[in-house]
Order: sequence, then C-alpha cells, then structure tokens
Amino acid sequence: MKNETHASVIGNRKNKAVVETVAQIIFTICATFAILAVASITIYMIVSGTPAIFKVGLKEILFSTQWSPAAKTTEPSFGILWVILTSIIGTTLAILIGVPIGILTAVFLAEVAPKKLAAIVKPAVELLAGIPSVVYGLLGIYLLSPLMYKLELAVFKGSGTHQFTGGANLLSAVIVLAIMILPTVINISETAIKAVPSHIKAASLALGASHIQTIFKTILPAAKSGIVTAVVLGVGRAIGEAMAITLVSGGGVNAPLPFNSVRFLTTAIVSEMGYAQGTHRQVLFTIGLVLFAFIMAINIILNKILKGVKDE
Amino acid sequence: MNKKFRVSDFLLRLAIYISALIAVLILVGIICYVFVRGIGTVNRTFLTTVTSAIKQTVGIAGNLLNTLYIIIITLLIATPIGVGAAIYLNEYAKPGKLVSIIEFTTETLSGIPSIIFGLFGMIFFGNTLKLGYSILTGAFTLTLMVLPLITRNTQEALRTVPDSYRSGALGMGATKWYMIRTILLPSSMSGIVTGIILAIGRIVGESAALLFTAGSGYLLPKFADSLTENIKILGQKALDPGGTLTIELYLQMQKGKYDTAFGIACVLIVIVLVINLLTKIAADKLKPVK
Repeated sequence: MKNETHASVIGNRKNKAVVETVAQIIFTICATFAILAVASITIYMIVSGTPAIFKVGLKEILFSTQWSPAAKTTEPSFGILWVILTSIIGTTLAILIGVPIGILTAVFLAEVAPKKLAAIVKPAVELLAGIPSVVYGLLGIYLLSPLMYKLELAVFKGSGTHQFTGGANLLSAVIVLAIMILPTVINISETAIKAVPSHIKAASLALGASHIQTIFKTILPAAKSGIVTAVVLGVGRAIGEAMAITLVSGGGVNAPLPFNSVRFLTTAIVSEMGYAQGTHRQVLFTIGLVLFAFIMAINIILNKILKGVKDE
Repeated sequence: MNKKFRVSDFLLRLAIYISALIAVLILVGIICYVFVRGIGTVNRTFLTTVTSAIKQTVGIAGNLLNTLYIIIITLLIATPIGVGAAIYLNEYAKPGKLVSIIEFTTETLSGIPSIIFGLFGMIFFGNTLKLGYSILTGAFTLTLMVLPLITRNTQEALRTVPDSYRSGALGMGATKWYMIRTILLPSSMSGIVTGIILAIGRIVGESAALLFTAGSGYLLPKFADSLTENIKILGQKALDPGGTLTIELYLQMQKGKYDTAFGIACVLIVIVLVINLLTKIAADKLKPVK
C-alpha cells in the first residue's frame, strides 16, 4: 500500500515535469508569434513589392511624375513621385497643425484647467481616439469639402488654368489628418506632463518663475521624451491613415499643392487595388513597400527614443 | 507685492486657451454632430433587416453579424496567443536578445498601419492559403493587429502581481504552471479583459485592413430550421466575404448615401462609447485584491 502511494507520487512528478515542459514550450511559441508575424510581413512586402521595380525600373517608379498605369494606346507609366511627396508633405502639414494644438491642449488639461473641467474633457478625448477612421472621412467629405470648395472658388476666382476639385484636395485631407492625430497627441503628452515629478515644478515656482514660465521652461522640457513619442506616433498614424482621406483627398495624381486633387501612398493602394492587374498591381505593392519602409523607419526611431528614456 | 505682468506669459496662456478651445470644440462637435445627424436613421428595421431593393428598406443586420463574427474568431485566436506571449515574457524569459527582439517586434506590430496588414492578409491568407475574400481571412489578418494590445495589457497586469504571491505558491510546492493557472491568471484578469475590450474596439473601427481581406458582403445567411443545419450555414459563412459596419459605411459614403452612412456612424459611436465604459469598469472592478 505504502509502496503504491510512493509510486504514484513519482508518476505524478514525471507527469508534472512533462506538463511543465509543455507549458513552457507553448508559451515560448506564443511569444515568438510576434517575431514570426513581423518577419513574414516584411518578407511578403519585399517579395511582392520588388518585381515591379525590376520590371519598370527603380528610377522610373520613384522619380517619375507620370502616373498612367492603365494607358492602352501609349506605354503605361508608373511614376509615383507625386504620391510619395504628397504623403510626406501632407503628413508634415498635418503634424505642424495638429501637434502644437495637441500639446497645448495637453498642457491645458494637465496644468491649467480646473479639475472638474479636465474630468469631463479627458474621457471625451479618449473616446475620440477610438472613433473609426471612416467616420472622420465621412465628416470630411460631408462637412469639410463643401467649405473647402467655397474657399477654392474664392481663391481661384477668374483663374482659367485651375482644375476645380469640388473641395476634395490636399488641404481637406491635411485638416482631417490633423484632427485625427489630436487624440493620440493629447493623450500621450498629457500622461508625460503628469509624470513630471512635482518637486521639479515646485523648485521652479520657488525660484520665482511664474506658472506659465514653469510650464514652458521646466515642465515641458522634463516631459520631452514623452512628447516626442507622442509626435512620432502622430506621424505614424498620419502617414498610415487610408480610409479617412481616400475620398477627401480627391484622388488625382498631382503635385501636392493645397488646392490640388492628390493621392497619398495609402489612398493609391485603396483606390486601385480592387481592380488593378499585372504590372499595375505589382506597382501598387511597390507603393505598399515604400509605405512600409517609412513606417519601419518611424518604428526604429521610436524604439531608440524609448530606449533612451529607459537608460536615463 | 504686485504680481508682475508679463506679456509673454499672457500670450502663451492665450495660446493654451485657444488651442484647448479649438481641440475640445472640434472633438466634442464631431461626437455630437454624428449622433444628431445619424440618430434619425437608426430604428428597428435599420438594425434588424438587410438592405432590400424590393422592400425599399435599408438595414445593417448583415454587417452587424459580420462584425460580431469577425470579433469572435479574431479573439478566439488572438487571446490565447497574446496571453501566452505575455506569460512567457514576464514569467519565463530571462532578459536577453530574444526578449528584446520579441518586444521590438510587438512594438512594431502595433505601429504598422492597417493598410499594410490588409495587403499582407490579402496575399498571404487570401492568395497563398487560398482563403480568398472571406471572414476568416479578415479575422486572421486582424489577429496579427490586435495581438500587441492583448500581450501588452496582460504584461502590465502580470507586473502588478506582487512577487510574494509567486514565491508563496512555489514555496508551498506548487509547480510553475499550477501557480500561473491558479494564482497569476486570476490576479491579472483585469489586464486581460482590458486588452480584450480594447481589441474589440480596434476590430469594430477597422476598415483598411478588411477591405481587401474580408470583402464587402452585406447579406444575412439564409437560416434553416434545424440547429445543426444552422451551424453548418454559419461555418460556411466564415468562408464567404462579409463586410463589417465600417466597410459598409465606406461603401455607402462612396455612393453618396449620407443618411445611411451617418446612421452607421451613429451606431459605431455608440459601440465605441460602450466599449470605453466597459474598459473603465473592467479596470476598476477586476482589480487584483491586494
């Protein structure tokens, strides 16, 4: 009898050891899933994005401004320079508008606003971070475009050369993007500002600096890394956004001027992937690859910043 | 003592107030406008039927079902993997190359724009695995997208579990797996649930990643009488294309049918609102007992 229990304990131990090992292996596999996903996305983007580069030529794709992928009578051409420039300029403008407003609003919520007001505004901002991007697009096309069209009519009154866009242009897209990055910038900057130790603020005030001087000369510099993270994430969100600006940006492949109908890297993919064939389709994947390269660069920068914070 | 009046202080304060006013007005204005403009379209027919040209009615029941379906499949796959990854990172892994690579890739995954996920999903799940445009392709694609959310939130929660719990359980002779199963997972339930709710929010709002993976069907499956038949029909449906609410909103907007579009937008905002509330409740109610 005694022997039996003994044996069962040993058996149990063996079983337990097996379970332990299996559990550890399963968890490890789960963890490597992220590596697997990023690796396969990278490989697939490169594999499907490069054939067109060889077929059409890197210079022809990246530095030509002529985009007529479905031309029947002449040679089709696949220059995406305007598309790349539109993404860069559009994102930059959106950041230039959205970031100052976002950071100042974060300052307002964290430092200036009465507690009760901040308690109402904060959840509203959080809610907006979760609103689907198509909703922003809907508001853009329904409310913003008509206004922009009026502005366009006023600006180009009597101009014979301007192609009217009906309000779907770079400027509209930039405004939509600027509004879309607001919640991200506000939330992260506010967290960063709140995380600044109170003794830094107290020291500055005790030296006789006014509240506003304290905010701009001590608190914001102390929260620098968090704010930079907010900006980088904002850039990532703006450059990767597709559905919100597909309709408000107009869709023509033109130079990125405020009142031109333009196409971003993302909207180029969305608007033509549904029907593109052959080389045209491959070039769309090249556009995806260019976008992917931008995003990876942003991610690596962000990673560097976060590491820098940890080391401090 | 007089407070000194500084022009620069005044101007900066003014800038803060103006910025805050602009941001808050725009953001609150958006919520209110969508709600007011869309609420008129939302009624019982809108929510419980599908759009029919014969009956001249507009409805989004099919899209609601598709959305729900994609949420369920995605979470069934993403939750175990995400939680497992978090457990590995927090309980098993020793700091080193592998961990830093895993953390970097998780970070990267959450930064990749949804359109790239869409492209990848289309060529990998759609073409290579031959799933075509289907709800399953969409769900697999979204699994990759929401994985970081679940991993990170679970990790946060695991970190808050005091070490004395671990040593207590191990000291009493529990194996590591037993300790994880009975001590760690229950104590970090709030983080896991928060991650899941955030993932649902992300799925509901997603559109670019679904356009070329799950496609755009809006019909309800024709349900049969018997239960087994119905299960078979639902299984078959996973292989059919199906558009979620956001996709339908995009298509309606493209067609210029703004009434329907705002109706869907209104439904979406209500869902997002509910999800936000749930996240807050989950974070409060399920906090580990200390």
